[in-house]
Amino acid sequence: MGALALVLPLLAFVTLSFVVPLATLLSKSAYQPEVSEVFPETMHVLARWNGEGLPPEAAFAAMAGELAKALDERALPRASGAINRVQGGMRGVLNLTARRLARTDFAGTWRETLAGISGDWLQPRTWLAIREAGAPFTLRHYLQALDLERKEDGSIGFRPEDSRVYTPLMWRTLLVSLGVTLLCLLIGYPIACMIANSPPKRSRLLLLLVLVPFWTSLLVRTTAWIVLLQRQGVINGLLVGLGILPDDARLQMIYNMTGTFVAMTHVLLPFMVLPLYSVMRSIPPSHMPAAVSLGASPLKAFRRVYLPQTLPGIGAGSLLVFILAIGYYITPALVGGRTGELISSQIAYHVQTSLNWGLAAALSSILLVAVTVLYLIYSRVVGIERMRLG
Amino acid sequence: MSQPAPHVEYLAVHKRYADSDWVVRDLDLELNRGEFLTLLGPSGSGKTTCLMMLAGFEPATTGDIRIDGVSVAGLPPDKRGLGVVFQNYALFPHMSVGANLAFPLEVRGLSAGQRRERVARALELVRLEDFEDRRPNQLSGGQQQRVAIARALVFEPELVLMDEPLGALDRRLREQLQYEIRRIQRQLGVTVLYVTHDQTEAMAMSDRVAVFRAGRIEQVATPEVLYEEPQTPFVASFIGENNLLKGRIASVGRGVCEVEVAGQRLQAAHISDLPPGSETLVAIRPERVNIAPLPMRYSNEFEALVEDISFLGDHLRVRLEVCGNSDFIAKIPNIVGHGGILPGDQARIGWGALDCRALEAASY
Ligand SMILES: Nc1ncnc2c1ncn2[C@@H]1O[C@H](COP(=O)(O)OP(=O)(O)O)[C@@H](O)[C@H]1O
Ligand SMILES: [Mg+2]
Repeated sequence: MGALALVLPLLAFVTLSFVVPLATLLSKSAYQPEVSEVFPETMHVLARWNGEGLPPEAAFAAMAGELAKALDERALPRASGAINRVQGGMRGVLNLTARRLARTDFAGTWRETLAGISGDWLQPRTWLAIREAGAPFTLRHYLQALDLERKEDGSIGFRPEDSRVYTPLMWRTLLVSLGVTLLCLLIGYPIACMIANSPPKRSRLLLLLVLVPFWTSLLVRTTAWIVLLQRQGVINGLLVGLGILPDDARLQMIYNMTGTFVAMTHVLLPFMVLPLYSVMRSIPPSHMPAAVSLGASPLKAFRRVYLPQTLPGIGAGSLLVFILAIGYYITPALVGGRTGELISSQIAYHVQTSLNWGLAAALSSILLVAVTVLYLIYSRVVGIERMRLG
Repeated sequence: MSQPAPHVEYLAVHKRYADSDWVVRDLDLELNRGEFLTLLGPSGSGKTTCLMMLAGFEPATTGDIRIDGVSVAGLPPDKRGLGVVFQNYALFPHMSVGANLAFPLEVRGLSAGQRRERVARALELVRLEDFEDRRPNQLSGGQQQRVAIARALVFEPELVLMDEPLGALDRRLREQLQYEIRRIQRQLGVTVLYVTHDQTEAMAMSDRVAVFRAGRIEQVATPEVLYEEPQTPFVASFIGENNLLKGRIASVGRGVCEVEVAGQRLQAAHISDLPPGSETLVAIRPERVNIAPLPMRYSNEFEALVEDISFLGDHLRVRLEVCGNSDFIAKIPNIVGHGGILPGDQARIGWGALDCRALEAASY
């Protein structure tokens, strides 16, 4: 009981700062009550409509009444945005209708009245869009996030190649993350090896060098790469100055994939080195000589004796770097340009600019699932208890 | 050259590490085929370094090391074909015991059938037949050590190096394994270069012992000779126990000399070429000292003050003050009791002239 009290603050903190926001966000990806809250009566009528032709007069009447009410209560933008995402142009139709209604004479039926304001009200797809947007639980965001769409006949299929937005970005994110992980491993392994097998004094110094970037702002590190890599930057300047490159053939190394790769690898390298180092430090230094004394060449001794023992570190480091890379935002946003952009920037765009939180949440959930699957595979293959993080 | 070359020769080997002082100085040592030779010395005296130079992990700074008369300088360690047992076993934790043993056979390209047969034979040799499928961390310390020994022998090397292989084990297990290592060595006829800082272990196992001190060999001899005829004060006090009395040689006779210690004279075996007047340390084994309340008839007899008596079962350990030396130890076998001697008593102690040796003090 006393021990429980001790972890209570931590529990509260984790719940408030992690579990609740995450759950809220995830729920937004499939649950969006705005439209049904603003147009409850309309949705009620539409629920009984078979979807063919136009809905009954009751739907037009309910819509007219609720539009006026929403305008009064300033609730319209919330709902119209959600409907607009299902069908472009609906925001305008709804706003126009709401504002004009008060000044328009009743034309006998609400259907005629609304049609008088905007011809769109006589289009069945208008009502289908409203009905779809009004469903509080929807997989629409997931369909959109996966570049799927509902076809005319109701079946679900991929959008045409040239209008896919998110799946190419996800593939790119996945490949870049894998690439960065691999680069970090290739660069980090020898470094960790060297730190773990140096005399204590040198090992401390090297470890410090690995950790220094942690004490430097991420923005500073990223902009430093801009200074180095840009067309008029240090590296290009050096290459041109040394006559290796002609002045008009300066390399484009930033605001593209190269920039993303270089900067991300640099930023994430410590997360690879530290777990590797921690595992390597625990390997007795006599193992390599022992293997060699048994007749194995140094290369063979490394492959058969050293490398297998570092697998838990390779796993932990790779997993860590991969997970961080797949959701990485600032660095690719700053140095990636258009071609080096990752899925995270789309998520940020929908959170901050388009305010389509449902889609942002769906994209995030897909990332979360991908990472979780990876983690499960890893724990199956390597065994999570063998993973060493530090 | 009628005589075959020794199995291993260190010829004037010196060694220093990059930023260190000399770690091994002027080492000359020969191992004969089938011999069990132990490097004995305190920690840091350069024993491991000697082993590593022979195994090929460290180059000698100057001098030469030969195996069967052929210099091994420049021969990489994986081509030397020596079995090495490391201080902490160095078993590979990700391989089973069987795989650990099969490893040296595998890198030598032996077929699976040969490997299986040899592994089984090696496990039998160390009496671990049923442990082939275990992981090293599922074994006790003693069992791990046996596996390490089996692994160093499984590829049938003619020369095996062992660096404090029993250092981490408790006393009983250590004694048991000492005996077993010795049995295996005799059975296979391999040459063993063994390292330890435990003189009892060195005495119990070795054909010959080389006593190391600060990178130099003080004496190489059989355990018996080391004990009975130490050449230096260091060997005298490192092997077993010895009382060292500081004095000056007064006169030299035939094989015997007279030494003046704190104003008194004593007779000691004269084993060096120290001339009269030189400083010396006279070494007397505690068990060679007799105590009695009354005068005896020894060449060396002194009045002593009994400071302390401990009962240790098979013997009594008596601490005395003799000739201004307050840490003089005498051991009395538990046969006749202690003759009524009590702390604070005056007693007479005595020993024969040839029971003590006048050693060169300068080297201590
Ligand atoms: N790789 C090394 N680099 C520098 N100095 C070393 C190294 N190995 C051992 N030494 C030094 O050499 C001396 C002898 O060490 P060592 O041969 O291990 O002695 P022992 O095995 O008798 O304890 C010690 O002072 C030790 O600090
Ligand atoms: Mg040592």
